[in-house]
Amino acid sequence: MEFLNAFVAFSNFVIVPAIAYGSQLALGALGVTLIYGILRFSNFAHGDTMAFGAMVTILVTWWFQSMGINLGPMPTALLALPFGIAGAALLVLATDRMVYRFYRAQKAAPVILVIVSMGVMFVMNGLVRFIIGPDGQQFADGERFIISARNFKTMTGLSEGLAFRTSQAITIVTAVIVVALLFWFLNKTRTGKSMRAFSDNEDLALLSGINPERVVAYTWIIVAALATIAGVLYGLDKGFKPFTYFQLLLPIFASAIVGGLGNPLGAIAGGFVIAFSEVTVTYAYKKVLIYLLPESLEPSTLVQLLSTDYKFAVSFAILIIVLLFKPTGLFKGNTA
Amino acid sequence: MSISMRNITLFLIVGALIFGSGFVQGWNTALLILNMGLISAIMALGVNLQWGFAGLFNIGVMGFVALGGLAAVLVSMPPTTEAWAVGGLRMGIALLTGVATIVGAGNLYRRMAPGNKRTLAMIVFLIGGFLLFRFLFDPAVLAIEKVNPAGTGYLGGLGLPVLLAWPVGGLFAAGAAWVIGKTALGLRSDYLAIATLGIAEIIIAIMKNEDWLTRGVKNVVGIPRPVPYEVDLQASEAFLNRAASFGFHDPVMASTLYVKLAYAGLFAVVLVILLWLAEKALNSPWGRMMRAIRDNEIAAEAMGKDVTARHLQIFILGSAICGIAGAMMTTMDSQLTLGTYQPLRFTFLIWVMVIVGGSGNNWGAVLGGFLIWFLWVEVEPMGAKLMELITAPLNDGYWLKDHLQNSVAHMRLLTMGLILILVLRFSPKGLIPEK
Repeated sequence: MEFLNAFVAFSNFVIVPAIAYGSQLALGALGVTLIYGILRFSNFAHGDTMAFGAMVTILVTWWFQSMGINLGPMPTALLALPFGIAGAALLVLATDRMVYRFYRAQKAAPVILVIVSMGVMFVMNGLVRFIIGPDGQQFADGERFIISARNFKTMTGLSEGLAFRTSQAITIVTAVIVVALLFWFLNKTRTGKSMRAFSDNEDLALLSGINPERVVAYTWIIVAALATIAGVLYGLDKGFKPFTYFQLLLPIFASAIVGGLGNPLGAIAGGFVIAFSEVTVTYAYKKVLIYLLPESLEPSTLVQLLSTDYKFAVSFAILIIVLLFKPTGLFKGNTA
Repeated sequence: MSISMRNITLFLIVGALIFGSGFVQGWNTALLILNMGLISAIMALGVNLQWGFAGLFNIGVMGFVALGGLAAVLVSMPPTTEAWAVGGLRMGIALLTGVATIVGAGNLYRRMAPGNKRTLAMIVFLIGGFLLFRFLFDPAVLAIEKVNPAGTGYLGGLGLPVLLAWPVGGLFAAGAAWVIGKTALGLRSDYLAIATLGIAEIIIAIMKNEDWLTRGVKNVVGIPRPVPYEVDLQASEAFLNRAASFGFHDPVMASTLYVKLAYAGLFAVVLVILLWLAEKALNSPWGRMMRAIRDNEIAAEAMGKDVTARHLQIFILGSAICGIAGAMMTTMDSQLTLGTYQPLRFTFLIWVMVIVGGSGNNWGAVLGGFLIWFLWVEVEPMGAKLMELITAPLNDGYWLKDHLQNSVAHMRLLTMGLILILVLRFSPKGLIPEK
């Protein structure tokens, strides 16, 4: 019983949140890695693309809510998601047309594109703050819990509860569906194959008649979709605030690099590696240990390795360790 | 000839802009812009050293600036003797333990043969060291933070003159840069970018949370000044007479202007020294070597240049300059408010300054520092005026009008981004191009 209680407490505060957070990071990292694989630069505006997509979704959600449209127990934001994706896709396609295409034609060095993406980041950040303001916004509605802590306790008779929030379930299910769709697209469809060919060897792809502008456009649309979904899921789970999306940039890049930049499978693995280490290192183990240890050994302190404010330090430390010992990432990334 | 004429004109235009804001918004505002412009120009010099000379992509400027601010606190604030008595020794031992753990792990890594055994030994050693560190560290922190938490609750500083903090801030930043450079320099440029971005966030996180060192978000206020206080000036007969002889009869106005001018003088001295050094460096064999490395690393390496060592060197120098600027800024504010350190303001804005001014040219960086800082301050009032004009046809109280007018504050991010994108697109060499 004690052991079960400890396990439930651990699941409630570590495993379930980390899986949800890992899914959000993985979706974000997939976007970064796709841009890197095909357009060959690190897109610093990605966090703000997420924020923009999420913002459009929120605005449409509010509109739906005001008209009384909802999904019952599910958040209305899911219904608004396609609009958010469309908005973000339009924005990134316009940015590509007006900004990035010029440098592509020039074959500018990747670092120049990174600086350009910094400028784009400023603009997108300004746009989002201009439209929705810098404050936090709540837009989750519907049923809050699938299993609430109290129900779990009465169901199982344990003294620890396991709360399973709707937003966590939706995050996990959506992430699985999106990743499956993405891999089906990349591996089975003609466009997906041409994207992979373009990523592997640009010159060869051009020689075999692949239209680069088409590949780039598809990439941006997919990236916009991934970014919006990741942004909305994160917002449903933890609330929307423009600045937090900028801060997500670091764990997202860490995920993509740890997994191997340019490798989609690596991005997913990296997302979960980063999420689990952030949550496990910053969790206070007191509760779990009280169940596991005999009374005489029970800890009096929180038994927290690092305070939660240092969660960025965790993702950063892992990033540095991987870069030092395995610079191509856990899965072989695109190193060119 | 025409180039130097053009540069002088550009500087005159920026000077006139700042001067003009003095006429429109008052001299106090103009001097504020001038002072932060001087500090921004120094930060831009540092980034230009790294990016313009050596092509290193450092987006962790905020971290180095904050370390400079930390130096200002640690050097000039009076020590909290009681806190030192209850926790100083323990804290010292704890920190030494932490350092010894890291050094020891490094030794293990070098001494032992590669393999699983080494990895295991290192992990065990690091975990053991960490637990010991926390065992010593936690009670020390508690003891220190318990001492008068509302007023001090930290160890305080050394109580030395604040001007000393400026070089010390440079040293702090240089030390951090050495650690980062040792690990991340040899990697690809975007990896260095992520690494510096991360370290900046971590430095800020540490400073926000380690209250025993910095008081965290409770802020350190009242850092001693290198210049006189306004109230003392207003009480001084000699100063009032001097001010009156210049035509200033309002003592409050005269004293605030005098203090700001004194800061401007100090900052200008630092800027001139650093600019002179940077110009010397750029035109020396060392500077030519740096540019050769930047333009073609492989060729430079083939010529026998140690590329990684040179990169490390210039990375440390550039970061140190940012640290100095950070210490100067905290001195001017005479407070350390960690909540205000935002990457968009302290990292990316400096990059806009360097790119717009002209990367690779010290004068360009300085010009960019002044110009972009001027715009950063002035875009908001100008945006408000513009927005009033745009929304004039709308009725008062209409939601769109209110929303637009309330959102003017966010115009500056948009404007800075647009300026950066436009300059990169149409004039990538900046206002004063590299020679």
